[in-house]
Amino acid sequence: MAEVQGLVRVGRRGISVVSWIGGISILSSRFLYHLKDIPRSARVIFEQFNSIGVKSLPLIIVIAVFVGAVSAWQAAYQFKFIGAPLRYLGQAVGKAVIMELGPVLSALVFAGRVGAGITAELGTMKVTEQIDALDSMGISPNRYLMMPRVLACMLMVPLLVVFADFVAIMGGLVVSVVGVDVSTETYLNGLKSSFQLGDLVNGLIKAWVFGLIIGLVACFEGFRTQGGAEGVGTATTQSVVISMVLVLVFDFIFTVLLFRI
Amino acid sequence: MAESFIQLERLSKSFKQKQVLDGISLDIRRGESICIIGLSGSGKSVMLKHLMRLMDPDEGRILVDGQDIAELEGEDLVAMRRRFGMLFQGAALLDSMTVADNVGLGLTESRKYTDEQIEEIVISKLEMVGMVDSAEKLPSELSGGMRKRVGLARAIATDPEVMLYDEPTSGLDPVTSDVIDDLIVELNQKLHVTSVTVTHDMRSAFKIADRIVMLYGGHIEFDGSPEQIRNNTNPVVQQFIAGSARGPIRVA
Ligand SMILES: Nc1ncnc2c1ncn2[C@@H]1O[C@H](COP(=O)(O)OP(=O)(O)O)[C@@H](O)[C@H]1O
Ligand SMILES: [Mg+2]
Repeated sequence: MAEVQGLVRVGRRGISVVSWIGGISILSSRFLYHLKDIPRSARVIFEQFNSIGVKSLPLIIVIAVFVGAVSAWQAAYQFKFIGAPLRYLGQAVGKAVIMELGPVLSALVFAGRVGAGITAELGTMKVTEQIDALDSMGISPNRYLMMPRVLACMLMVPLLVVFADFVAIMGGLVVSVVGVDVSTETYLNGLKSSFQLGDLVNGLIKAWVFGLIIGLVACFEGFRTQGGAEGVGTATTQSVVISMVLVLVFDFIFTVLLFRI
Repeated sequence: MAESFIQLERLSKSFKQKQVLDGISLDIRRGESICIIGLSGSGKSVMLKHLMRLMDPDEGRILVDGQDIAELEGEDLVAMRRRFGMLFQGAALLDSMTVADNVGLGLTESRKYTDEQIEEIVISKLEMVGMVDSAEKLPSELSGGMRKRVGLARAIATDPEVMLYDEPTSGLDPVTSDVIDDLIVELNQKLHVTSVTVTHDMRSAFKIADRIVMLYGGHIEFDGSPEQIRNNTNPVVQQFIAGSARGPIRVA
Protein backbone atom coordinates (compact mmCIF):
# COMPACT_ATOMS: atom_id res chain seq x y z
CA MET A 1 0.00 0.00 0.00
CA ALA A 2 2.68 2.47 1.04
CA GLU A 3 4.63 1.70 -2.14
CA VAL A 4 1.54 2.36 -4.24
CA GLN A 5 0.96 5.67 -2.51
CA GLY A 6 4.60 6.60 -3.03
CA LEU A 7 4.29 5.69 -6.68
CA VAL A 8 1.15 7.78 -7.00
CA ARG A 9 3.00 10.72 -5.46
CA VAL A 10 5.93 10.32 -7.84
CA GLY A 11 3.46 9.99 -10.71
CA ARG A 12 1.70 13.21 -9.73
CA ARG A 13 5.04 14.99 -9.51
CA GLY A 14 5.95 13.72 -12.96
CA ILE A 15 2.66 14.90 -14.38
CA SER A 16 3.03 18.33 -12.82
CA VAL A 17 6.57 18.69 -14.24
CA VAL A 18 5.31 17.69 -17.68
CA SER A 19 2.38 20.11 -17.47
CA TRP A 20 4.74 22.86 -16.28
CA ILE A 21 6.97 22.31 -19.31
CA GLY A 22 3.87 22.23 -21.53
CA GLY A 23 2.59 25.46 -20.01
CA ILE A 24 5.86 27.32 -20.38
CA SER A 25 6.18 26.09 -23.97
CA ILE A 26 2.76 27.50 -24.79
CA LEU A 27 3.71 30.78 -23.13
CA SER A 28 6.92 30.88 -25.22
CA SER A 29 4.91 30.44 -28.40
CA ARG A 30 2.58 33.26 -27.30
CA PHE A 31 5.65 35.41 -26.72
CA LEU A 32 6.90 34.79 -30.26
CA TYR A 33 3.43 35.40 -31.65
CA HIS A 34 3.05 38.74 -29.89
CA LEU A 35 6.42 40.05 -31.06
CA LYS A 36 4.43 41.31 -34.03
CA ASP A 37 2.76 43.74 -31.62
CA ILE A 38 6.01 45.47 -30.66
CA PRO A 39 5.13 48.68 -32.55
CA ARG A 40 1.73 49.15 -30.91
CA SER A 41 3.10 48.27 -27.47
CA ALA A 42 6.17 50.49 -27.81
CA ARG A 43 5.25 52.71 -24.90
CA VAL A 44 4.64 49.83 -22.48
CA ILE A 45 7.86 48.14 -23.63
CA PHE A 46 9.83 51.30 -23.05
CA GLU A 47 8.44 51.56 -19.51
CA GLN A 48 9.53 48.00 -18.86
CA PHE A 49 13.05 48.67 -20.18
CA ASN A 50 13.25 51.45 -17.69
CA SER A 51 11.78 49.68 -14.69
CA ILE A 52 13.48 46.36 -15.39
CA GLY A 53 16.81 47.39 -16.84
CA VAL A 54 17.80 50.82 -15.65
CA LYS A 55 16.64 50.32 -12.10
CA SER A 56 18.60 47.07 -11.77
CA LEU A 57 21.83 48.79 -12.71
CA PRO A 58 22.90 50.08 -9.25
CA LEU A 59 22.55 46.67 -7.60
CA ILE A 60 24.34 44.90 -10.44
CA ILE A 61 27.19 47.42 -10.22
CA VAL A 62 27.64 47.03 -6.47
CA ILE A 63 27.70 43.27 -6.80
CA ALA A 64 30.06 43.35 -9.78
CA VAL A 65 32.62 45.50 -7.92
CA PHE A 66 32.85 42.94 -5.15
CA VAL A 67 32.82 39.94 -7.48
CA GLY A 68 35.77 41.44 -9.40
CA ALA A 69 37.60 42.33 -6.22
CA VAL A 70 37.17 38.90 -4.65
CA SER A 71 38.19 37.17 -7.89
CA ALA A 72 41.40 39.18 -8.06
CA TRP A 73 42.23 38.51 -4.43
CA GLN A 74 41.54 34.79 -4.66
CA ALA A 75 43.45 34.49 -7.93
CA ALA A 76 46.45 36.29 -6.45
CA TYR A 77 46.35 34.00 -3.41
CA GLN A 78 46.24 30.87 -5.60
CA PHE A 79 49.00 32.22 -7.86
CA LYS A 80 51.28 32.75 -4.87
CA PHE A 81 50.45 29.29 -3.60
CA ILE A 82 51.40 27.55 -6.86
CA GLY A 83 54.07 30.09 -7.70
CA ALA A 84 52.45 31.40 -10.88
CA PRO A 85 53.56 34.85 -12.11
CA LEU A 86 51.24 37.70 -11.14
CA ARG A 87 51.31 39.20 -14.63
CA TYR A 88 48.60 36.66 -15.45
CA LEU A 89 46.28 38.14 -12.85
CA GLY A 90 44.41 40.38 -15.32
CA GLN A 91 43.94 37.41 -17.60
CA ALA A 92 42.55 35.20 -14.83
CA VAL A 93 40.09 37.81 -13.61
CA GLY A 94 39.06 38.81 -17.15
CA LYS A 95 38.39 35.27 -18.32
CA ALA A 96 36.48 34.28 -15.18
CA VAL A 97 34.35 37.43 -15.25
CA ILE A 98 33.57 37.53 -18.96
CA MET A 99 32.88 33.84 -19.41
CA GLU A 100 31.19 32.84 -16.16
CA LEU A 101 30.85 35.25 -13.27
CA GLY A 102 29.44 38.20 -15.19
CA PRO A 103 26.59 36.40 -16.95
CA VAL A 104 25.75 33.89 -14.20
CA LEU A 105 25.88 36.18 -11.20
CA SER A 106 24.06 38.97 -13.02
CA ALA A 107 21.35 36.51 -14.01
CA LEU A 108 20.98 35.22 -10.47
CA VAL A 109 20.73 38.74 -9.09
CA PHE A 110 18.30 39.62 -11.85
CA ALA A 111 16.14 36.59 -11.05
CA GLY A 112 16.01 37.63 -7.41
CA ARG A 113 15.22 41.24 -8.10
CA VAL A 114 13.34 41.47 -11.39
CA GLY A 115 11.92 37.95 -11.71
CA ALA A 116 10.49 38.16 -8.21
CA GLY A 117 9.08 41.60 -8.92
CA ILE A 118 7.34 40.49 -12.11
CA THR A 119 5.80 37.41 -10.49
CA ALA A 120 4.60 39.39 -7.49
CA GLU A 121 3.09 42.06 -9.73
CA LEU A 122 1.34 39.68 -12.12
CA GLY A 123 0.33 37.36 -9.26
CA THR A 124 -1.31 40.25 -7.43
CA MET A 125 -3.06 41.25 -10.63
CA LYS A 126 -4.27 37.69 -11.03
CA VAL A 127 -5.71 37.29 -7.55
CA THR A 128 -7.35 40.72 -7.62
CA GLU A 129 -9.00 39.89 -10.99
CA GLN A 130 -7.06 42.57 -12.88
CA ILE A 131 -6.02 39.93 -15.42
CA ASP A 132 -9.68 38.93 -15.88
CA ALA A 133 -10.51 42.61 -16.26
CA LEU A 134 -8.05 42.94 -19.15
CA ASP A 135 -9.52 39.88 -20.82
CA SER A 136 -13.00 41.26 -20.29
CA MET A 137 -12.02 44.39 -22.22
CA GLY A 138 -10.69 42.26 -25.06
CA ILE A 139 -7.08 43.06 -24.14
CA SER A 140 -4.75 40.07 -24.25
CA PRO A 141 -2.72 39.85 -21.01
CA ASN A 142 -0.04 38.06 -23.02
CA ARG A 143 0.33 40.97 -25.38
CA TYR A 144 -0.21 43.72 -22.87
CA LEU A 145 1.69 42.35 -19.86
CA MET A 146 3.78 39.31 -20.77
CA MET A 147 5.45 40.22 -24.08
CA PRO A 148 6.86 43.59 -22.93
CA ARG A 149 8.24 42.05 -19.73
CA VAL A 150 9.87 39.03 -21.33
CA LEU A 151 11.30 41.20 -24.10
CA ALA A 152 12.73 43.62 -21.55
CA CYS A 153 14.32 40.76 -19.56
CA MET A 154 15.76 39.23 -22.70
CA LEU A 155 17.38 42.47 -23.85
CA MET A 156 18.30 43.94 -20.48
CA VAL A 157 20.23 41.00 -19.01
CA PRO A 158 22.92 41.09 -21.75
CA LEU A 159 23.15 44.86 -21.43
CA LEU A 160 23.55 44.60 -17.66
CA VAL A 161 26.18 41.92 -18.15
CA VAL A 162 28.25 44.29 -20.27
CA PHE A 163 28.21 46.77 -17.39
CA ALA A 164 28.84 44.05 -14.85
CA ASP A 165 31.83 42.69 -16.78
CA PHE A 166 33.39 46.13 -17.05
CA VAL A 167 32.82 47.04 -13.41
CA ALA A 168 34.03 43.66 -12.14
CA ILE A 169 37.26 43.96 -14.14
CA MET A 170 37.76 47.42 -12.69
CA GLY A 171 37.09 46.04 -9.21
CA GLY A 172 39.77 43.44 -9.88
CA LEU A 173 42.13 46.15 -11.03
CA VAL A 174 41.72 48.13 -7.82
CA VAL A 175 42.48 45.08 -5.69
CA SER A 176 45.47 44.18 -7.86
CA VAL A 177 46.98 47.64 -7.61
CA VAL A 178 46.20 48.35 -3.99
CA GLY A 179 46.30 44.93 -2.39
CA VAL A 180 48.56 42.74 -4.51
CA ASP A 181 51.03 45.26 -5.84
CA VAL A 182 50.47 44.53 -9.53
CA SER A 183 50.66 47.67 -11.68
CA THR A 184 47.73 48.89 -13.70
CA GLU A 185 49.73 48.34 -16.84
CA THR A 186 50.59 44.74 -15.99
CA TYR A 187 46.98 43.96 -15.09
CA LEU A 188 45.61 45.50 -18.28
CA ASN A 189 48.26 43.86 -20.44
CA GLY A 190 47.35 40.47 -19.02
CA LEU A 191 43.73 41.25 -19.74
CA LYS A 192 44.38 42.43 -23.29
CA SER A 193 46.69 39.60 -24.30
CA SER A 194 44.08 37.01 -23.42
CA PHE A 195 40.95 38.86 -24.49
CA GLN A 196 38.92 37.16 -27.19
CA LEU A 197 35.79 38.63 -28.66
CA GLY A 198 34.33 35.12 -28.87
CA ASP A 199 34.36 34.84 -25.06
CA LEU A 200 32.41 38.04 -24.70
CA VAL A 201 29.91 36.98 -27.36
CA ASN A 202 29.41 33.59 -25.70
CA GLY A 203 28.85 35.30 -22.37
CA LEU A 204 26.29 37.64 -23.89
CA ILE A 205 24.45 34.84 -25.67
CA LYS A 206 24.20 33.04 -22.34
CA ALA A 207 22.95 36.24 -20.73
CA TRP A 208 20.32 36.58 -23.43
CA VAL A 209 19.05 33.04 -22.83
CA PHE A 210 19.10 33.56 -19.05
CA GLY A 211 17.04 36.73 -19.47
CA LEU A 212 14.52 34.90 -21.61
CA ILE A 213 14.24 32.10 -19.05
CA ILE A 214 13.81 34.50 -16.13
CA GLY A 215 11.16 36.52 -17.95
CA LEU A 216 9.14 33.54 -19.09
CA VAL A 217 9.25 31.76 -15.72
CA ALA A 218 8.32 34.96 -13.89
CA CYS A 219 5.31 35.62 -16.11
CA PHE A 220 4.21 32.00 -16.11
CA GLU A 221 4.31 31.75 -12.33
CA GLY A 222 2.59 35.12 -11.99
CA PHE A 223 -0.27 34.23 -14.30
CA ARG A 224 -0.97 30.94 -12.56
CA THR A 225 -0.98 32.39 -9.06
CA GLN A 226 -3.92 31.34 -6.94
CA GLY A 227 -5.26 32.12 -3.51
CA GLY A 228 -4.74 35.66 -2.24
CA ALA A 229 -1.67 37.24 -0.67
CA GLU A 230 -0.28 33.92 0.48
CA GLY A 231 -0.53 32.56 -3.05
CA VAL A 232 1.41 35.56 -4.34
CA GLY A 233 4.19 34.85 -1.82
CA THR A 234 4.38 31.19 -2.80
CA ALA A 235 4.40 31.99 -6.51
CA THR A 236 7.16 34.56 -6.07
CA THR A 237 9.41 32.18 -4.16
CA GLN A 238 8.73 29.45 -6.68
CA SER A 239 9.52 31.74 -9.59
CA VAL A 240 12.89 32.76 -8.14
CA VAL A 241 13.88 29.20 -7.20
CA ILE A 242 12.93 27.75 -10.57
CA SER A 243 14.61 30.44 -12.63
CA MET A 244 17.82 30.30 -10.55
CA VAL A 245 18.03 26.53 -10.93
CA LEU A 246 17.31 26.77 -14.66
CA VAL A 247 19.99 29.44 -15.10
CA LEU A 248 22.59 27.15 -13.52
CA VAL A 249 21.40 24.10 -15.46
CA PHE A 250 21.54 25.97 -18.76
CA ASP A 251 24.93 27.41 -17.84
CA PHE A 252 26.23 23.87 -17.37
CA ILE A 253 24.73 22.75 -20.68
CA PHE A 254 26.34 25.71 -22.47
CA THR A 255 29.69 25.03 -20.89
CA VAL A 256 29.67 21.38 -21.89
CA LEU A 257 28.60 22.21 -25.43
CA LEU A 258 31.03 25.08 -25.97
CA PHE A 259 34.14 23.80 -24.29
CA ARG A 260 34.89 20.30 -25.50
CA ILE A 261 37.50 18.80 -23.24
CA MET B 1 -41.12 37.86 -25.16
CA ALA B 2 -37.86 39.05 -26.71
CA GLU B 3 -35.57 36.66 -28.51
CA SER B 4 -33.18 34.35 -26.75
CA PHE B 5 -29.73 35.95 -26.52
CA ILE B 6 -27.43 34.13 -24.15
CA GLN B 7 -28.09 30.47 -23.43
CA LEU B 8 -26.45 28.41 -20.74
CA GLU B 9 -26.81 24.71 -21.38
CA ARG B 10 -26.18 22.25 -18.54
CA LEU B 11 -23.18 24.21 -17.32
CA SER B 12 -21.00 22.41 -14.76
CA LYS B 13 -17.86 23.62 -13.05
CA SER B 14 -15.91 22.26 -10.12
CA PHE B 15 -12.72 23.32 -8.36
CA LYS B 16 -10.70 20.46 -6.89
CA GLN B 17 -13.34 18.38 -5.13
CA LYS B 18 -15.95 21.10 -4.93
CA GLN B 19 -18.83 21.07 -7.45
CA VAL B 20 -19.71 24.76 -7.75
CA LEU B 21 -22.08 24.68 -10.72
CA ASP B 22 -23.93 21.45 -11.34
CA GLY B 23 -25.81 21.48 -14.64
CA ILE B 24 -27.12 25.05 -14.83
CA SER B 25 -29.41 25.87 -17.75
CA LEU B 26 -30.58 29.42 -18.24
CA ASP B 27 -31.93 31.46 -21.11
CA ILE B 28 -31.19 35.17 -21.06
CA ARG B 29 -33.30 37.21 -23.43
CA ARG B 30 -32.17 40.33 -25.23
CA GLY B 31 -32.93 43.45 -23.28
CA GLU B 32 -33.95 41.81 -20.05
CA SER B 33 -32.60 42.52 -16.60
CA ILE B 34 -31.82 39.43 -14.56
CA CYS B 35 -30.67 39.39 -10.96
CA ILE B 36 -28.74 36.41 -9.69
CA ILE B 37 -29.08 35.88 -5.97
CA GLY B 38 -27.62 33.24 -3.68
CA LEU B 39 -25.41 32.66 -0.67
CA SER B 40 -21.75 33.70 -0.68
CA GLY B 41 -19.80 30.94 -2.35
CA SER B 42 -22.79 29.61 -4.26
CA GLY B 43 -21.03 30.22 -7.58
CA LYS B 44 -22.59 33.49 -8.72
CA SER B 45 -19.29 35.09 -9.70
CA VAL B 46 -18.13 31.85 -11.31
CA MET B 47 -21.31 31.74 -13.40
CA LEU B 48 -20.90 35.37 -14.46
CA LYS B 49 -17.31 34.78 -15.55
CA HIS B 50 -18.39 31.91 -17.76
CA LEU B 51 -20.70 34.20 -19.74
CA MET B 52 -17.81 36.02 -21.41
CA ARG B 53 -15.46 33.10 -21.22
CA LEU B 54 -13.21 34.29 -18.47
CA MET B 55 -13.58 30.68 -17.32
CA ASP B 56 -14.23 27.52 -19.29
CA PRO B 57 -16.88 25.07 -18.08
CA ASP B 58 -16.06 21.43 -17.29
CA GLU B 59 -19.26 20.44 -19.05
CA GLY B 60 -22.04 22.16 -20.93
CA ARG B 61 -21.83 25.17 -23.21
CA ILE B 62 -22.78 28.79 -23.61
CA LEU B 63 -24.34 30.19 -26.74
CA VAL B 64 -24.36 33.89 -27.55
CA ASP B 65 -26.66 34.59 -30.50
CA GLY B 66 -26.59 30.87 -31.17
CA GLN B 67 -22.77 30.75 -31.35
CA ASP B 68 -20.97 28.41 -28.96
CA ILE B 69 -18.44 30.74 -27.35
CA ALA B 70 -16.03 27.87 -26.63
CA GLU B 71 -15.37 27.74 -30.37
CA LEU B 72 -14.29 31.37 -30.60
CA GLU B 73 -10.61 32.18 -30.97
CA GLY B 74 -8.39 35.19 -31.47
CA GLU B 75 -10.14 38.21 -32.93
CA ASP B 76 -13.57 36.56 -32.76
CA LEU B 77 -13.19 35.97 -29.05
CA VAL B 78 -12.08 39.57 -28.55
CA ALA B 79 -15.06 40.78 -30.59
CA MET B 80 -17.44 38.70 -28.45
CA ARG B 81 -15.91 40.03 -25.23
CA ARG B 82 -16.20 43.60 -26.46
CA ARG B 83 -19.97 43.14 -26.65
CA PHE B 84 -19.90 42.58 -22.88
CA GLY B 85 -18.93 44.85 -20.04
CA MET B 86 -18.17 43.53 -16.60
CA LEU B 87 -18.06 45.20 -13.24
CA PHE B 88 -15.96 42.93 -11.03
CA GLN B 89 -16.76 42.20 -7.42
CA GLY B 90 -13.55 43.88 -6.23
CA ALA B 91 -13.64 46.46 -9.06
CA ALA B 92 -10.35 45.04 -10.45
CA LEU B 93 -8.94 48.43 -11.42
CA LEU B 94 -5.37 48.30 -12.71
CA ASP B 95 -3.40 49.72 -9.76
CA SER B 96 -0.65 51.15 -11.92
CA MET B 97 -2.91 53.58 -13.80
CA THR B 98 -5.02 56.59 -12.95
CA VAL B 99 -8.79 56.43 -12.81
CA ALA B 100 -9.07 58.14 -16.21
CA ASP B 101 -6.59 55.73 -17.82
CA ASN B 102 -8.48 52.77 -16.35
CA VAL B 103 -11.75 53.99 -17.79
CA GLY B 104 -10.17 54.75 -21.16
CA LEU B 105 -8.11 51.55 -21.41
CA GLY B 106 -10.57 49.52 -23.47
CA LEU B 107 -11.02 52.44 -25.85
CA THR B 108 -7.30 53.09 -26.19
CA GLU B 109 -6.49 49.45 -26.83
CA SER B 110 -9.25 49.04 -29.40
CA ARG B 111 -7.44 51.70 -31.50
CA LYS B 112 -10.72 52.99 -32.89
CA TYR B 113 -10.78 56.36 -31.16
CA THR B 114 -8.70 59.52 -31.14
CA ASP B 115 -7.26 60.81 -27.87
CA GLU B 116 -9.81 63.63 -27.83
CA GLN B 117 -12.72 61.21 -28.29
CA ILE B 118 -11.37 59.01 -25.53
CA GLU B 119 -11.05 61.93 -23.15
CA GLU B 120 -14.58 63.02 -23.90
CA ILE B 121 -16.02 59.54 -23.34
CA VAL B 122 -14.01 59.04 -20.14
CA ILE B 123 -15.31 62.28 -18.68
CA SER B 124 -18.92 61.55 -19.60
CA LYS B 125 -18.76 58.05 -18.06
CA LEU B 126 -17.10 59.34 -14.92
CA GLU B 127 -19.83 61.96 -14.66
CA MET B 128 -22.46 59.23 -14.81
CA VAL B 129 -20.98 57.60 -11.70
CA GLY B 130 -20.08 60.88 -9.99
CA MET B 131 -16.32 60.36 -10.08
CA VAL B 132 -15.03 63.10 -12.41
CA ASP B 133 -13.17 64.80 -9.57
CA SER B 134 -11.05 61.71 -9.03
CA ALA B 135 -10.01 61.31 -12.67
CA GLU B 136 -6.30 61.81 -11.98
CA LYS B 137 -6.16 59.75 -8.79
CA LEU B 138 -4.70 56.28 -8.49
CA PRO B 139 -6.98 53.41 -7.42
CA SER B 140 -5.04 53.07 -4.15
CA GLU B 141 -6.27 56.57 -3.17
CA LEU B 142 -9.93 55.59 -3.45
CA SER B 143 -12.35 53.92 -1.07
CA GLY B 144 -13.94 50.58 -1.94
CA GLY B 145 -17.18 52.21 -3.05
CA MET B 146 -15.36 54.74 -5.22
CA ARG B 147 -13.39 51.97 -6.91
CA LYS B 148 -16.63 50.17 -7.68
CA ARG B 149 -18.00 53.27 -9.34
CA VAL B 150 -14.85 53.67 -11.42
CA GLY B 151 -15.09 49.98 -12.32
CA LEU B 152 -18.62 50.62 -13.49
CA ALA B 153 -17.54 53.61 -15.59
CA ARG B 154 -14.82 51.45 -17.16
CA ALA B 155 -17.26 48.66 -17.92
CA ILE B 156 -19.70 50.96 -19.72
CA ALA B 157 -17.00 52.97 -21.53
CA THR B 158 -17.27 50.90 -24.71
CA ASP B 159 -21.11 50.93 -24.68
CA PRO B 160 -21.53 47.16 -24.39
CA GLU B 161 -24.73 45.33 -25.34
CA VAL B 162 -24.60 43.23 -22.20
CA MET B 163 -23.55 44.33 -18.74
CA LEU B 164 -22.50 41.88 -16.05
CA TYR B 165 -22.53 43.45 -12.62
CA ASP B 166 -20.93 41.50 -9.79
CA GLU B 167 -22.33 42.90 -6.55
CA PRO B 168 -22.43 46.48 -7.84
CA THR B 169 -23.66 47.98 -4.59
CA SER B 170 -22.00 45.88 -1.89
CA GLY B 171 -19.87 48.08 0.32
CA LEU B 172 -21.61 51.25 -0.82
CA ASP B 173 -23.65 53.56 1.36
CA PRO B 174 -27.45 53.43 0.81
CA VAL B 175 -27.59 56.68 -1.13
CA THR B 176 -24.79 55.80 -3.54
CA SER B 177 -26.27 52.31 -3.87
CA ASP B 178 -29.48 53.85 -5.03
CA VAL B 179 -27.67 56.01 -7.56
CA ILE B 180 -25.97 52.91 -8.98
CA ASP B 181 -29.26 51.01 -9.07
CA ASP B 182 -30.83 53.88 -10.98
CA LEU B 183 -27.97 53.82 -13.43
CA ILE B 184 -28.39 50.09 -14.01
CA VAL B 185 -32.10 50.57 -14.61
CA GLU B 186 -31.45 53.51 -16.92
CA LEU B 187 -28.90 51.63 -19.03
CA ASN B 188 -31.32 48.74 -19.29
CA GLN B 189 -34.44 50.73 -20.09
CA LYS B 190 -33.12 53.64 -22.15
CA LEU B 191 -30.20 52.00 -23.92
CA HIS B 192 -31.62 48.47 -23.89
CA VAL B 193 -28.49 47.02 -22.36
CA THR B 194 -29.14 43.43 -21.35
CA SER B 195 -28.10 43.17 -17.73
CA VAL B 196 -27.13 40.36 -15.43
CA THR B 197 -26.63 41.53 -11.87
CA VAL B 198 -25.30 39.47 -9.01
CA THR B 199 -26.50 40.86 -5.71
CA HIS B 200 -27.18 40.04 -2.08
CA ASP B 201 -29.31 43.07 -1.66
CA MET B 202 -32.98 42.13 -2.12
CA ARG B 203 -34.01 45.78 -2.18
CA SER B 204 -31.78 46.39 -5.22
CA ALA B 205 -32.92 43.14 -6.79
CA PHE B 206 -36.57 44.17 -6.60
CA LYS B 207 -35.72 47.56 -8.05
CA ILE B 208 -33.53 46.35 -10.92
CA ALA B 209 -34.86 42.98 -11.96
CA ASP B 210 -37.40 41.80 -14.53
CA ARG B 211 -36.45 38.36 -13.43
CA ILE B 212 -34.73 36.86 -10.41
CA VAL B 213 -32.72 33.64 -10.42
CA MET B 214 -31.54 32.01 -7.22
CA LEU B 215 -28.50 29.72 -7.21
CA TYR B 216 -28.38 27.17 -4.43
CA GLY B 217 -26.29 24.01 -4.11
CA GLY B 218 -24.98 24.27 -7.67
CA HIS B 219 -28.40 24.40 -9.31
CA ILE B 220 -31.13 26.94 -9.96
CA GLU B 221 -33.49 26.90 -7.00
CA PHE B 222 -35.77 29.61 -8.31
CA ASP B 223 -36.31 31.41 -11.63
CA GLY B 224 -39.16 33.87 -11.96
CA SER B 225 -40.39 37.44 -11.71
CA PRO B 226 -39.98 39.60 -8.58
CA GLU B 227 -43.74 39.12 -8.05
CA GLN B 228 -43.37 35.37 -8.11
CA ILE B 229 -40.44 35.31 -5.72
CA ARG B 230 -42.37 37.34 -3.14
CA ASN B 231 -45.21 34.86 -3.26
CA ASN B 232 -43.04 31.77 -3.53
CA THR B 233 -43.50 29.21 -0.78
CA ASN B 234 -40.21 27.35 -1.26
CA PRO B 235 -38.67 27.53 2.25
CA VAL B 236 -35.12 28.00 0.89
CA VAL B 237 -36.22 30.99 -1.20
CA GLN B 238 -38.30 32.40 1.65
CA GLN B 239 -35.43 32.14 4.10
CA PHE B 240 -33.06 33.88 1.69
CA ILE B 241 -35.30 36.84 0.88
CA ALA B 242 -36.24 37.24 4.52
CA GLY B 243 -32.54 37.12 5.44
CA SER B 244 -33.19 34.78 8.33
CA ALA B 245 -30.81 32.42 10.10
CA ARG B 246 -33.65 30.00 10.73
CA GLY B 247 -34.72 27.69 7.95
CA PRO B 248 -33.48 24.87 5.75
CA ILE B 249 -30.33 26.68 4.51
CA ARG B 250 -27.18 25.48 6.22
CA VAL B 251 -24.25 27.84 6.03
CA ALA B 252 -21.18 25.62 5.75
N1 LIG C 1 -10.42 30.45 -9.54
C1 LIG C 1 -10.89 29.65 -8.57
N2 LIG C 1 -10.16 28.62 -8.11
C2 LIG C 1 -10.62 27.81 -7.15
N3 LIG C 1 -11.81 27.94 -6.55
C3 LIG C 1 -12.59 28.95 -6.95
C4 LIG C 1 -12.17 29.86 -7.97
N4 LIG C 1 -13.16 30.77 -8.17
C5 LIG C 1 -14.15 30.44 -7.30
N5 LIG C 1 -13.82 29.36 -6.57
C6 LIG C 1 -14.67 28.70 -5.57
O1 LIG C 1 -15.94 28.53 -6.12
C7 LIG C 1 -16.93 28.78 -5.15
C8 LIG C 1 -17.91 29.81 -5.66
O2 LIG C 1 -17.25 31.06 -5.75
P1 LIG C 1 -17.97 32.40 -6.22
O3 LIG C 1 -18.60 32.18 -7.54
O4 LIG C 1 -16.95 33.46 -6.11
O5 LIG C 1 -19.10 32.59 -5.12
P2 LIG C 1 -20.14 33.80 -5.01
O6 LIG C 1 -21.47 33.19 -5.24
O7 LIG C 1 -20.00 34.31 -3.62
O8 LIG C 1 -19.77 34.81 -6.03
C9 LIG C 1 -16.22 29.19 -3.89
O9 LIG C 1 -16.15 28.07 -3.05
C10 LIG C 1 -14.85 29.57 -4.35
O10 LIG C 1 -13.90 29.28 -3.37
MG1 LIG D 1 -18.98 36.60 -5.87
